[in-house]
Amino acid sequence: MTFRVGQRVRIAAREHAGHHRTPGYLKGKSGTVERVHAEFANPETRAYGGDGLPRERLYLVGFDQREVWPGYGGRAADRIYADVFEHWLEGQA
Amino acid sequence: MERAVHDRGGWPTDARIDRAEHELADWELLVDALVGALGRHGVMNVDELRRGIESMPPDEYERASYYERWLFSAETILVEKGVLAPGELDARVRG
Repeated sequence: MTFRVGQRVRIAAREHAGHHRTPGYLKGKSGTVERVHAEFANPETRAYGGDGLPRERLYLVGFDQREVWPGYGGRAADRIYADVFEHWLEGQA
Repeated sequence: MERAVHDRGGWPTDARIDRAEHELADWELLVDALVGALGRHGVMNVDELRRGIESMPPDEYERASYYERWLFSAETILVEKGVLAPGELDARVRG
């Protein structure tokens, strides 16, 4: 599944015992696709001697800080951005 | 959800952030150069470096400095790949 800029997505809330680049504080949180970077070798297999293929599409996803941190005391407009691979994203209506 | 020791974004803390510049020791520069050379020669990659760091026992991870973690990982990965024999580095250090 490919996502487009502006689409709402949720970061999968799943455990993953091995190396992965998805920060725990974003799992289960919803954000918006800000940019489609490109496709890159998958670090989750490359970390174990694999070739990282097939390549995975990497997205820049933006989140409201208030949605990420309970009791966030900053400005309402504050955003946090993270690069997230496609297989960690779930589409939302 | 269970989070590994390195996955610490948002962990609560009262500790102040150390914003001072860090003077690097010679061995730290060497570790950086070594890992860079291993990468350029295709011996180990940055994802393996990260995975090796993340495999550290949590208490060791907490005690270790940045480049101590790199060194731990480089040794772990090189032993795994058979480039180093288990215990080879320790034996050489002891002379």
